[in-house]
Amino acid sequence: MTTATLAAYSLLAVYSAAVIYVLAFIAYVIDLARRTSGTVLAQAEPASASARTGGTAVIAPPAPTTASAARPSGRAARIGMALTVLGFVVHVLAIVLRGIANGHAPWANMFEFAVTGTAAIVGIYLVVTFLRDVRFIGSYITGMAALLLMLASMNVYVDVVPLPPPLQSGWLIVHILVAVLGTGLFALGAGFSIAQLLQARRESGASTRARFLAAFPGSEVLENLAYRVNVIGFAFWTFTLIAGAIWAEHAWGRYWGWDTKEVWTFIIWVVYAGYIHARATRGWRGAPSAWLSIVGFATVLFNFTIVNLFFKGWHAYSGL
Amino acid sequence: MASTSRSERSAGASDPLRPDDHIDATPAPAASTVAQPKLGPLGYLRFFWRQLTSMRTALVLLLMLALAAIPGSLVPQRSSDPNGVLQYQRDNPEAFEVLDALGVFSTFSSPWFSAVYLLLFVSLVGCILPRAKHHLDALRSRPPKTPARLARLVGFTEQTSPADAEAALEEARATLRSAGYRVERYGDSISAERGYLRETGNLVFHTALVGVLLAVGIGGGYGYNGQRVIVQDTAFTNSLAAYDSFSPGRFFTETALEPFSVRLDDFDGRYRLDPATGVYQPTDFTAHLSTRTPGGDWVPAELKVNHPLELGGTKMYLLGNGYAPVVTVRDADGEVAFSGPVAFLPQDNNLRSLGVVKVPDGLDEQLGLLGFFYPEPLPLHDGTYTSLSPYASEASLLTLTAYTGDLGLDAGVSVNAYALDTDGLTQIAGPRAEAAALELVQGESVELPNGLGTVSFDGIKRFVSLDFHHDPTELWVLAFALLILGGLLVSLFVTRRRMWIKVVPHAEGVRLEYAGLARGEDPGLAAAVADIARRHAERLERRMNQ
Repeated sequence: MTTATLAAYSLLAVYSAAVIYVLAFIAYVIDLARRTSGTVLAQAEPASASARTGGTAVIAPPAPTTASAARPSGRAARIGMALTVLGFVVHVLAIVLRGIANGHAPWANMFEFAVTGTAAIVGIYLVVTFLRDVRFIGSYITGMAALLLMLASMNVYVDVVPLPPPLQSGWLIVHILVAVLGTGLFALGAGFSIAQLLQARRESGASTRARFLAAFPGSEVLENLAYRVNVIGFAFWTFTLIAGAIWAEHAWGRYWGWDTKEVWTFIIWVVYAGYIHARATRGWRGAPSAWLSIVGFATVLFNFTIVNLFFKGWHAYSGL
Repeated sequence: MASTSRSERSAGASDPLRPDDHIDATPAPAASTVAQPKLGPLGYLRFFWRQLTSMRTALVLLLMLALAAIPGSLVPQRSSDPNGVLQYQRDNPEAFEVLDALGVFSTFSSPWFSAVYLLLFVSLVGCILPRAKHHLDALRSRPPKTPARLARLVGFTEQTSPADAEAALEEARATLRSAGYRVERYGDSISAERGYLRETGNLVFHTALVGVLLAVGIGGGYGYNGQRVIVQDTAFTNSLAAYDSFSPGRFFTETALEPFSVRLDDFDGRYRLDPATGVYQPTDFTAHLSTRTPGGDWVPAELKVNHPLELGGTKMYLLGNGYAPVVTVRDADGEVAFSGPVAFLPQDNNLRSLGVVKVPDGLDEQLGLLGFFYPEPLPLHDGTYTSLSPYASEASLLTLTAYTGDLGLDAGVSVNAYALDTDGLTQIAGPRAEAAALELVQGESVELPNGLGTVSFDGIKRFVSLDFHHDPTELWVLAFALLILGGLLVSLFVTRRRMWIKVVPHAEGVRLEYAGLARGEDPGLAAAVADIARRHAERLERRMNQ
């Protein structure tokens, strides 16, 4: 097969993966809707119990029920999971085909990085699901993956080109791969933090609308999940910084030069360092640190999109 | 976690020391905030120090550092993009005035950015020093006394065994030891603690951050970097005067320059044609050099992008390359006024290149030549040319526009050798003159207008532009960076926990109680207690069967 054919098949696989992720997203949303109707029944019980005691005025909102750990998973969630795995397999196939067409690691321009980055987000989600049931966040993951894949293949697609001399280095593999994995971890962490904020609002009685949250873990559990994922992401990001500095020293003659991309990588590192400190500071645990986790992921996305496309700098490898 | 049991508080001495507002710290007694005594100067100092080293201040400083770095990415920086700064000044002169006064064009050495990071590092040092001392003490202390009631702690497990109490205690000690715990016996119980490395890692991480800052500062002070264009078959000797541009650190002295020489023997640029766009993409650049250190012979060496060459503590990087046509200018009598290769700067992927020849002496008038070099020329409709490929050949074309007048070289101010300021010069050959621009291929010679003389194109050489870089603390920075990573991994993934095994004599043997206590993040504690209980039971059983 020629390079062009391989690249075309790879792009086809990217589109297919995006479509499968959309289907998985639908299944996960249906699962969330089902959970809602299921928990309404569950909630009726304690409400009537408190009514029976009567007499005392209830000032605090009724304690929200939180799903028991041993809740049997619905069929929709299982379908969503199966589709996610299928989408991931097709997604990885797309990356492998692109790599063969390229003859080098397939993350040398913005399109390739987007495809690999979304694969990392889904892959890390799958790994975490293997360790514990976090399918409640599946709609966020598959929705984001489908959206990013579509945006990437429609807006920043570039053909296979030879690797320019500045990128011909083993550090391309290490530096970018670790950055990609860190990005995936931060994406998952931000998802948990968003869920945590919503859940905390419900737990405080401020909102009763998002009833599907009743089937989510409590906000503290979500906070711990977010923390663990983000902390691993932080370690990966630290390594990204160091590997990048070593490579910059080889390629450009200085390990750090405040290039725009370096500035933003540094900002992301500092924001997550702040997040880790916030969680250990009295008065900052809970919602404030969750916001930092979300801001952190927003800076990651900013660094990848806006900085790549509109900022001038030495990391001009978007290929556009 | 804030509601500490009594046993926990009494055991606090071996805990890592934390700022007052750390989530694991014991809150200061509330009374002190009610009736505050008058603070003397020392008291105020202590107050401010305490504020500066608190978690909240560190956190706010971190967030301010992130915010303060943003302007550095929004506008070009003098350090990384000096031409961008000049461009910005031309495009927005008014905004430039204001922003420049704020120091935004050198964000990372501006007073406000420096203030944030220096405060952050002072806060950091103020935090790690007492913590390090405390941790050293904790490393020598014994695990805390066993709490009276284990049932209230995490992962409480009970089991019975027909073994006798001493055997059970002995095996308990062995079980905990093999799991990496530090153990101590208190009566009929074993108290154990592990994960001291967590705090060690944490301290290493923070200390190494200070180390990186110091190493970077010192390296920047004593290092230098300089750029130099070297044309094929010419040599460069490392001395201050030989550089085209040079930026030394604050403490740099000329004696720091190693007296080595570099010569460019040949240059090899490889490209691949993209059939879809017709553009050549570079695939490899190799400069074939010879290097010589004092007292030695010329040694051949190869220099590629991404593969710097090191010569006596100085590193050499391949930054750019191009063609240097050899041009000779003669006066009307045939006397040579200028001769030599001239580096032409590439303007596109196909190495259409722009260059300047200045001839201040030897002719009746000062002569300036502004030229284009086309490795594979293709005429365009408007009478100009473009280049079809980056490969030079016999057909490679040199076009020159000629000017006469004052070149400005006598004023004593430094002038860019790669640009010709044509204001005040008279075009004598070119689009705005009677005579057409001069066009030559290799070996050709053409007459200059006004009987000034002749110009000939005698050959093609290659040139490279090299970056020379010396940073005495580079390896220190790397070492500290690796310590940062190592310390981080250890402090994040080693869990600190306490574990107790209590042996209560019982009618037919002993009842064994197990429980743990988390010190910081420890989601796996209950499972760890269950695991210790299982392993202890196995050991006891093996002992009984022997």
